[in-house]
Amino acid sequence: MPETATLDWTAEMAAIRDRQDQAAFARLFSHFAPRLKAFLMKSGLAPDQAEDCAQDVMATVWKRAALFDPAKAGVSTWIFTIARNRRIDLARRGARPEPEELPWTPEPAPDQADVLAMQQDSDRLTKALAELPEAQRRIVERAFYGDLSHSEIAAETGLPLGTIKSRIRLALERLRHALD
Amino acid sequence: MSDIKHHITPALMMGYAAGGLPEAINLVIATHVSICDECRASLAEYESIGGSVVETTEAAAMSAGSLEATLALLGAQDRPAAPKRPAAHGVFPAPLRDYAGGDAADVRWKSLGGGVKQRILQADSYGSVRLLKIPGGVAVPDHGHKGIELTLVLQGAFSDDTGHFGRGDVEIADQSLEHTPIAEPGADCICLAATDAPLRFNSLIPRLLQPLFKI
Repeated sequence: MPETATLDWTAEMAAIRDRQDQAAFARLFSHFAPRLKAFLMKSGLAPDQAEDCAQDVMATVWKRAALFDPAKAGVSTWIFTIARNRRIDLARRGARPEPEELPWTPEPAPDQADVLAMQQDSDRLTKALAELPEAQRRIVERAFYGDLSHSEIAAETGLPLGTIKSRIRLALERLRHALD
Repeated sequence: MSDIKHHITPALMMGYAAGGLPEAINLVIATHVSICDECRASLAEYESIGGSVVETTEAAAMSAGSLEATLALLGAQDRPAAPKRPAAHGVFPAPLRDYAGGDAADVRWKSLGGGVKQRILQADSYGSVRLLKIPGGVAVPDHGHKGIELTLVLQGAFSDDTGHFGRGDVEIADQSLEHTPIAEPGADCICLAATDAPLRFNSLIPRLLQPLFKI
């Protein structure tokens, strides 16, 4: 996967937000919708249900484009959380309450260094996941397909975790400081 | 600086990020993350793994006309909400307030005897979650676990063989742990406790009362 992949998605998100650019949305759709459909099928949805759900998730991406903050998460991560929440609604097995929101909102012009760093961290994590030994990667994937109970999830994923966490941690410290 | 020392384990955080946990467990994690920046950052990282899983999933072809069908769904976009004021400084963070119907002072407690009170917030076949209020110096009934139990301190503190737990700390116990938490002297200890299986009590009387009180 080229290093620039998520960089482009962030630009497409900005075009969707600032200009309601349907061509940018079409490019985002052609990349993510088939992956979402596959992800949802692996999560147990029938193909036609997964198709509808993927369309629904992509429509939500359009609707909430202004809420996406590229300094806080990669585009694929943000889309994943929308799909996850939709899947939970469909499963009707109980709610997943969200943590209290912090008083931070997407800035119109986030610091480009933060945006770039978040994209690079996300790319690195995706690359690391692809390079995990097959058996280990399967465990991580199955956890996210909702195919493993929490007692079956191994704490040690083998992924190089810590970079995104420390970046978010710094942003939180800045926010807490600003609120004091 | 936060004083929280006992956090959500990586396996549970991954389960919460993935969206595969029982509602009862989700509520404890959402409440802890609300007051723990360390775990908020950790959640963001586990959600990034979710993004990577979507990114690396082998695509499944969408049916013909799916883009056009989705374009037809597109309407007006949401505008970002005005910056929120910092959350009110209560005992309960927002997700817990939604379940409890207010802050700690608003809870309609039910007595369990011995000064211990509880309020069940949610229960289904996957687990249950309740608030517990324990006077200082009083022991929480001795119990073991069939599944796992998460106990998050919101006010006061308790301690047991495994350590000291103050506001924001979460104790995660599995079936191997037989423990007797005792509330520390001072303010009533208020905890949010969730389990993914019914609790079993080690002494006869509480066990007989268990169906009655749903504990």
